[in-house]
Amino acid sequence: MSRKLVTLNVNGSNYETAIREYDVLLDVIRENLNLIGTKRGCDMGTCGCCTVIIDGRARLSCLTLAMECLDKRITTIEGLKSPIIHPLQRAFAESGGSQCGFCTQGFIMTAKALLDENPAPSRDEIKEAISGNMCRCTGYIKIVDAIENVARDMNSKGVHHAIDE
Amino acid sequence: MPSTNNKSHGIIGMRLPLVDAMKKTTGEGFYTDDIKLPGMLVGKILRSPFAHARIVRINTAKAKALAGVRAIITGDERGAQNRFGVLPISKDEISLPKPGATGRAGKALYIGDCVAAVAADDEEIAQQALQLIEIEWEELKPILRVEDGLKKTDEPLQDQTENETNIHKSVEQHFGNVPAALKNSRYVKSGDFDFVGLNHAFTEPIAVVAHYDADGRVTVWSPQQVPHYLHRALAEVMEMPLHRIRIIRPMVGGGFGGKSDPFPHEMIAAMLSRKCRRPVKILFDRDEVFYNNHGRHPTSTHITVAADANGKITALDLDATIDGGAWGSFGVVTTYYNGVLAMGPYQIPNFRYAGRRVYTNKAPCGAMRGHGAVNTRFAFEVLMDQLAEEANVDPCDFRLSNLLPENCQTINGFRITSNGTRECILRTRARSEWDKKHGRLPYGEGIGVACGFYISGSAHRIYFNELPQSTVHIKIDMDGGITVHCMAAEIGQGSDTMLAQCVAEPLGVKLDRIRIFSADSDTDPIDLGSYSSRVTFMAGNAAIQAAEKIRQKLVAAASRITGCPSQGFVLQDEKVVYAPNPKISLTFDEVLMEALARNGALMAKGIYQSPPPIGKRDQFKGWRAGLSPTYSFQAYIAQVKIDPETFEVRVEKVWAAHDCGKALNPLAVEGQIEGCIHMGLGQALCEEMPYIKGAIAGPNFLDYRTLTPMQMPEVEVIIVESNDPEGPFGAKEAGEGPLLPILPAVANAIYDAIGVRVYSLPMTPDKIWKEVQRQTMTAEKLKSGFALAK
Repeated sequence: MSRKLVTLNVNGSNYETAIREYDVLLDVIRENLNLIGTKRGCDMGTCGCCTVIIDGRARLSCLTLAMECLDKRITTIEGLKSPIIHPLQRAFAESGGSQCGFCTQGFIMTAKALLDENPAPSRDEIKEAISGNMCRCTGYIKIVDAIENVARDMNSKGVHHAIDE
Repeated sequence: MPSTNNKSHGIIGMRLPLVDAMKKTTGEGFYTDDIKLPGMLVGKILRSPFAHARIVRINTAKAKALAGVRAIITGDERGAQNRFGVLPISKDEISLPKPGATGRAGKALYIGDCVAAVAADDEEIAQQALQLIEIEWEELKPILRVEDGLKKTDEPLQDQTENETNIHKSVEQHFGNVPAALKNSRYVKSGDFDFVGLNHAFTEPIAVVAHYDADGRVTVWSPQQVPHYLHRALAEVMEMPLHRIRIIRPMVGGGFGGKSDPFPHEMIAAMLSRKCRRPVKILFDRDEVFYNNHGRHPTSTHITVAADANGKITALDLDATIDGGAWGSFGVVTTYYNGVLAMGPYQIPNFRYAGRRVYTNKAPCGAMRGHGAVNTRFAFEVLMDQLAEEANVDPCDFRLSNLLPENCQTINGFRITSNGTRECILRTRARSEWDKKHGRLPYGEGIGVACGFYISGSAHRIYFNELPQSTVHIKIDMDGGITVHCMAAEIGQGSDTMLAQCVAEPLGVKLDRIRIFSADSDTDPIDLGSYSSRVTFMAGNAAIQAAEKIRQKLVAAASRITGCPSQGFVLQDEKVVYAPNPKISLTFDEVLMEALARNGALMAKGIYQSPPPIGKRDQFKGWRAGLSPTYSFQAYIAQVKIDPETFEVRVEKVWAAHDCGKALNPLAVEGQIEGCIHMGLGQALCEEMPYIKGAIAGPNFLDYRTLTPMQMPEVEVIIVESNDPEGPFGAKEAGEGPLLPILPAVANAIYDAIGVRVYSLPMTPDKIWKEVQRQTMTAEKLKSGFALAK
């Protein structure tokens, strides 16, 4: 099938890339744009490893057609650390919320979208928000700890960490 | 050699983030699917739609003619028929079946078995090519039930089976006199338990990249727990010397035993690359991960435990039949482990075990976290609870009165050294307020206890040789960075961090000086891999030994600079200080330059070899199984709440005490324990991998349900430190043993809550409801005076 040249806004940059109508965003991010921080775990929306933020909401890039994202703002894990490492990225490392690391960026993107919308979630609200992400290593406890710590920190400092773009 | 005399300078025992954690949280982590090489092709595997079928012929002409197809291989490919397997004693796997061949060599043995493979310019072409491969099949009757595998047959599934059946391995062990002990026991309890098969469900799908390069060497990148065994298997399959093969382990997105075999797809990728001389990547779809399986064996266990009038265990009688699927994998070990890993933490004066592993036409089973010990542990601990009840003794007290002491030997020859079980029980009991709760909570709420016992590395090598089990090289050059080489596989458990700690501590430096190289067989010395919970104990000791040699060179240099005797120097906080007069203090870099001036780059190596076994050497068949340089111990208490209408079990809280010898990094130890609890609760409550007519019913994460964050209970981790005399800084394993007690603790809590026992995992609401119905009916019948049916 023929490819079409489109422009995608990812992490604040405009990328020109050739895609097919049926290409999912995950393939385009990883293969065309070489943003390999977003991981492919199941290709069917069951693991959350491919989570990115599209217009402020956490989305599964394996179930999202790239063609649907042409006028949208996409943020991947690479966009979060630029130029300063995001508190969630530090907190996941320091709280032990990442072991094998394969699911980690998906959790961080989900958590980022959650905290942007609800800066002071309860532990249960955090658990509910991350229920679409699967982790086989941690038992989720230290993941919830990490998100809770960031929320507490943000609120005590009165700082809201938006993506710097 | 004991390695405990090093005093901590603030590296050991600290809550440290894993050394590779920032890479993982920022998306810089590099996994196999992230590899892109120039000219790299996409490899795809054609899989069998039949559980048991002979391949009469394969026609690849149409597929070959498709533009963009670069290589196609079948069982006719050189090496595709060469046998391999993780255990040299049961090499029964082949990469691809040979068209037209008789016997095992020409057959697909399970739905999803590899039949042919293609390398093409992109995925779509590869997929199309698979569809163009024409296969003439001869369908054969599959063996799907273990019972059928026990019967005599003209053509067993594998070449080496016992007595013309499909039994892969049978084991019989008897210590003491079980029949006599049972006859003389006051309390005897038996049960038939039933366990379904499980998948590891790691999040990273299996992937491999192979490149047969211009020099005629082959490099294989694979997320391997055991790169060394892959190395050996590839050498045999590819018919190349080991030194012409290079294994690179990128980051591993979870293993849990599921990436600890050499696999056909790794051989296939290498063969495809040899054929077209271009790099080839194979990435599995999630369903292929399930077909490849190698997960926990479906198991039926018959068990009898007996005790005397004083509540002392008199005998353990075990019989286990495990469904191996089509291949051997670790199965011989699994067969033994189902028996021998019940030999702790209790004193068992009489023990008998009969176990067998049966080949069936299903996906191969292999090692999974808690290998071989989980199902038996469940049955044993549930019966321990029943014995306690019958003897009218509190379940904690009953266990306490039966514990193995420290520094003893079990009846089958396990050498027990450090043992913190007593402390585990006492502390969980106190923290959970057990004495106020057990038997006293309202209907629907309950609390249960169980213990665990696991190896901390296998004392014996899979390959019967005397090579070190782990080797560590250290190099320091003038940049002052400390380079540590060791093939111990970092799979997320934190082995790189452990190595860094074991080197940083004796050298008194910060962790950021340390650089771990644990991924490349060309440069990193052999460690046998991340399985059997061996890495901290073995690679940790090797690292300490190497670091100690470097330390000697540094204190000698400090002595040359200052004129003070070298024995007086202490390395800490990036300084080399003369202890008798701390004013004499040099920086690490000053001392290093002096050392380098005389020697060039400082280099040292350390090795680990487990001490020779004591006791029962060669006295019985299988004497090696379960021998470990030390053992870990656990006691867990779980509190549950059961919905009185749906019988859904909610685990509210777990108090988890684990004796890991010494927590080198308590944050990582907690992470291991919490992860074990998550995985164990999955098996206890919701995970199952049923087959329908030989096909895995739901090879995906919708049907294979792991515990969600909402279902995960609160966990209070209680770390017990028994300071193992031979462990690195006293440490022993923390990655597998902590899975064992959670399943029976929950079962025992369910009994405390509603008075029923389910002998079949997972303990789903329907099974619990049936038991409640049976109990109610029995009670009603008794009440109305009817005799029971039986």
